[in-house]
Amino acid sequence: MSSFAALDTTWFALIGLLWAGYLFLEGFDFGVSIVAPFVSADDQDRRICINAIGPVWDGNEVWLVTAGGATFAAFPLWYGRLFSGFYLALFLVLLALIVRGVSFEFRGKLTSAAWRRTWDWANFAGSLVPAVVWGAAFTDLVRGVVLAPGGVYFGGLLGLLHPVALVGGLASATLFALHGSVFLSMKTGGGLAERARKAAVVAGVAATALLAVAVAWVALAGRPSVPGAVSPVLPLALGALGVLAAAGGTALVATGRGGLAFLSTGLAILAGLGAVFSRMFPEVLPASNVASHSLTIAGSASQHETLVVMTVVAAVFTPLVLAYQGWTYWVFRQRLVRATAGA
Amino acid sequence: MLARWEFSVVTVFHFFFVPLTIGLAFVVAFMQTLAYARHDRDWDRLSRYFGRLLLIEMAVGIVTGIVLEFQFGLNWSAFSIFVGNIFGAPLAIEALLAFFMESTFIGLWVFGRDRLPRSLHLVSIWMVSLGTVLSAFFILAANSWMQHPVGYRISHGQAVLTNFWAVLANPVLWGSFVHTVLGAFATAGALVLGISTWRARREPAGSEHRPAFLQATRWSAWFTMVSTVLVAVSGDVQARLMDVYQPMKMAAAEALYHTESGASFSLLTIGNLKNQPIFQIRIPHLLSLIADLSWDGQVKGIDNLQAADVARYGHGSYIPVVPLTYWSFRAMVGAGICIILLSAWVIWATRGTRSEAFLAKRWGTRAVVAGIALPFIANTTGWVFTEAGRQPWVVNGLMTVAKGVSSVTTADMALTLGAFVLVYSALGALDAWLFVRASKRDLDDTGHDEGHADAEVAGLVY
Repeated sequence: MSSFAALDTTWFALIGLLWAGYLFLEGFDFGVSIVAPFVSADDQDRRICINAIGPVWDGNEVWLVTAGGATFAAFPLWYGRLFSGFYLALFLVLLALIVRGVSFEFRGKLTSAAWRRTWDWANFAGSLVPAVVWGAAFTDLVRGVVLAPGGVYFGGLLGLLHPVALVGGLASATLFALHGSVFLSMKTGGGLAERARKAAVVAGVAATALLAVAVAWVALAGRPSVPGAVSPVLPLALGALGVLAAAGGTALVATGRGGLAFLSTGLAILAGLGAVFSRMFPEVLPASNVASHSLTIAGSASQHETLVVMTVVAAVFTPLVLAYQGWTYWVFRQRLVRATAGA
Repeated sequence: MLARWEFSVVTVFHFFFVPLTIGLAFVVAFMQTLAYARHDRDWDRLSRYFGRLLLIEMAVGIVTGIVLEFQFGLNWSAFSIFVGNIFGAPLAIEALLAFFMESTFIGLWVFGRDRLPRSLHLVSIWMVSLGTVLSAFFILAANSWMQHPVGYRISHGQAVLTNFWAVLANPVLWGSFVHTVLGAFATAGALVLGISTWRARREPAGSEHRPAFLQATRWSAWFTMVSTVLVAVSGDVQARLMDVYQPMKMAAAEALYHTESGASFSLLTIGNLKNQPIFQIRIPHLLSLIADLSWDGQVKGIDNLQAADVARYGHGSYIPVVPLTYWSFRAMVGAGICIILLSAWVIWATRGTRSEAFLAKRWGTRAVVAGIALPFIANTTGWVFTEAGRQPWVVNGLMTVAKGVSSVTTADMALTLGAFVLVYSALGALDAWLFVRASKRDLDDTGHDEGHADAEVAGLVY
């Protein structure tokens, strides 16, 4: 039984890692899409922005699909209750991802300005909506939601839009905008890179403030710790690290150190997510009303056999995926610049 | 009920694009290999041309696939919780092994044309093709488990995995995997055949693009015919598996109400399927032959199976919607036969040096272009048949569809269903329009081609 207990906790952590990979990677491609309208001077700038993430956004998004699939396999009850409970929120994300996904491919098919403007708008909205929803949803997960017995959520979309969740959603959207602007400032050149750097500073100041408010609010609201939880100091420390890393990333990009800034903004995303997962532990869907209505890791995990199969598959194939994704980034490592700027 | 409609809308729509993506990825990879191996400029052009069409379909296939991954949790949470131990694993593995592979390598293939060595660029498109095929395997592993559950036991109201190899070795999985992937190849084959014939006709005599498209016509006629014949063979193998594991589906496919020995195969029925049909064509003994390879073999009838199921599972109806299974099965097989005849005719009509005479045949070439629709009919009706034939079960013998849904309000479900229908219709129309537009473009038009290194900006694509 002890190995069983360890395996389900391992899978909780692994799903956290999949989300971390997803938000770190798609975080910057969402961010690029969000800031692109504000930093582009003309159609060519827009195309450079989109091309900066063109070869990689699709692979980044698969991290989400894998996190979803892994949750389905390792925690069927969590998967079933979470997605049927957060129904409209997730539906909005899916619609947004559809529109965004095709916008990449369809935009360039016609040269008409109206056509391109439409898809630019689709690309922007399709990135902003999930960027807000993910932050709001994770904030809801740490503060807990009103659950019926067995972890069934009936609160609808409005029940998820608590003010603190809204702050969390804005924090994630601005944090991604920061992360994406830093990426653009490294990946492009000339005026575009300079405007991206300035956008990063604006987004960074907002992200730092919003993240600080969200972390403090959740900590002060103080949902009582459940048995087996980690000390609340750990999530708070991780949250604080996230705020510091966002502030640090902003300062670094302001002084022109793009590479370090990117690592720092990435760290802010990872620390924020770490705070969420460490605060949830050992629950996966915490109830804010009656503690016994929460879904726990042990109560929603798959049986041993499934977890063993999943562990073996993950151990063999994850390094392979990381290797070829990493190689893709290496292949497309150079800056995208206009010919006049020296290509 | 709404959940059913929503799921059928999103899966049927997804399955409209997916076979084309699986098939076209293979076709493009194959063409590019021919181009490299033979240093053939025409194959190189054709692989780029059909590659552009592949990308349009791939975009839609990917985004609608993401919706499906979450559809189970959204609308079918009771089902997800019941089967997650087993059903979730193939889905997660599909994402890790296959989805990552196709998504990453399609990016490399698109943007890496001028940046990767030729061999690695070729490897990329083959990795995309491998990814799509692996993807089909794991999705069908999950689906086959619903058709014929294996390697599990029931514990605390959940199906629990006992043997993962049994899930992967499920005979129903291998039957439907081969059938589906070959069907996908036939789909792409018929598309390439139709487009190439149409384009070859339109190119003025003397244009160097005319022989290029003719080359694709002849190749794809062979490719389509061989794939479709193999589809038929695998379908025949599947029929025997179905007779063993899902006799009700078999009986419903044939509208066979009473158990018969030496059962005849019904070709066509006009009028009531159950009682007195107005007109019927039947082939004696064929159904028994299909079901268990014997002249006088017994094939169980719907009424007899229903009685046995009531004894086993309790009161209720265990009969699918028979007209739906009967006619979808006939549409699938009929479309398949038409594809074989059409591609065989093209091979015959273009033999030797008769290609120009073939292009001069107005109605024949029109039929070939119209033939593009045939595999789509076969894919969709085949999918409808296999899913509808399992009704009322969602997991055969373990859980009925009615018990699998989420506790989501009707209003929410109606809202999402309406929105999906709306967005998907718009998406389908846009996709078709862009597809036709792209297929009309010049063979060598790389103007805003994906991965074409722009003279001004490194790697501009969109």
